[in-house]
Amino acid sequence: MRITQGTFSYLPELTDEEITSQLEYALGRGWALSVEFTDDPHPRNNYWDMWGLPLFDLMDAAGVLHEINECRQAHPERYVRVCAHDSRQGRQTVALSLLVNRPPAEPGCRFDRQEAPGRRLRYTVHPYALDRPAGSRYGP
Amino acid sequence: MTRPGFALARPGQDQDQDGDHGPAAPDVLADDATADLRAERAGSGVDQILDSLESDLVGLRPVKTRVREIAALLLVDKVRGRFGLSSGPPSLHMCFTGNPGTGKTTVALRMAELLHRLGYLRRGHVVSVTRDDLVGQYVGHTAPKTRDAINRAMGGVLFIDEAYYLYRAENERDYGQESIEILLQYMENHRADLVVIMAGYADRMEAFFASNPGMSSRIAHHLEFPDYSLEELAAIGELMLREQRYRLSAAAETVFRDYLARRMTQPRFANGRSVRNALERARLRHASRLVAADGALAKDDLMRLEPADFLASRVFSG
Repeated sequence: MRITQGTFSYLPELTDEEITSQLEYALGRGWALSVEFTDDPHPRNNYWDMWGLPLFDLMDAAGVLHEINECRQAHPERYVRVCAHDSRQGRQTVALSLLVNRPPAEPGCRFDRQEAPGRRLRYTVHPYALDRPAGSRYGP
Repeated sequence: MTRPGFALARPGQDQDQDGDHGPAAPDVLADDATADLRAERAGSGVDQILDSLESDLVGLRPVKTRVREIAALLLVDKVRGRFGLSSGPPSLHMCFTGNPGTGKTTVALRMAELLHRLGYLRRGHVVSVTRDDLVGQYVGHTAPKTRDAINRAMGGVLFIDEAYYLYRAENERDYGQESIEILLQYMENHRADLVVIMAGYADRMEAFFASNPGMSSRIAHHLEFPDYSLEELAAIGELMLREQRYRLSAAAETVFRDYLARRMTQPRFANGRSVRNALERARLRHASRLVAADGALAKDDLMRLEPADFLASRVFSG
């Protein structure tokens, strides 16, 4: 099952040129970009690992694309995303979040039901990948 | 809405394909067609930059010649691209050597604009760095710092002033070496995104390249900035004054030349920079002379520098 989260995730994979024009749009608005990766695909997972520090004061997207490619190379079997941070509010607000890499095979998620008092049911989303230890979730 | 390039390509497969040069580009000219070099030249606005380089910078003959050659190469490359004769981006990393105040930074700024006009650089900004901006203070600090500087310069020019400080021969565990290796890697792999210009004094750059042969061979253009002659220094002074809306009286002109001739023989002479400092001080004396005179002033009085403004200098007393 293909995980969809962030901007344009319902579209087919963006090519590097399309990613570059997204990055240029972000840079044109003065947003700082950062690259992050994770192997926990839960949509509410906020704690992605940072690929280096966020990139400030950039003029051109080539540097970000280079970092993305480095991260893809180091973690081909993880999700990689680019975030654009807008600081106009006096704090860094994520203005754009774009998946740029995903594992070759995505097992997807299941619903877990929990019986609660009074015949109520509680549902939780459980990615199958989480059944394996962190670091080897998408390997062979 | 149709979106070209929307196929399900895996990321990373087709990066850096410049649509202008690809064999499938629709506007490749036929073999028997002719391209108009003059139109291309006028369209890029490169002549304006070359002309302003010629008129704004005094002397520097070898540098100007080389800049013209580079401009011609890129122009011809652009026209070749229209015939589908792509030859890959040429290596344009440069090294500027010369004494202080010979115009290395100024030429670097012009170079960035020139390369931008010719379509070689996408942005044409200059990020000026020194050792402090590239080399870290502890293990693991250098790589992020260097990458950060390089990323900021992407699409433009990375100008490394006094580049020889990157390498410290006396300390083999110095982090400068790490910075040099990262630089080399980017200079090789990101030729289309980044132009690195190194600047410094000739003898120390020589020693720097001797101990980093990889760096020397990756820099295609070594430009030497000669010292200015007395005539050229006087012309520079003239130019600076005109920009600031001042002028020299006839008597002051000879005194100014005399000043320059004396200053050239003194230690810590920094060519154009010394001229600028001398003029700054002359303006200061000019202002205090006018305040002391305390009378009615014509426009010409406010513009004219007199011999007295220069003769008070230490250069004449020493």
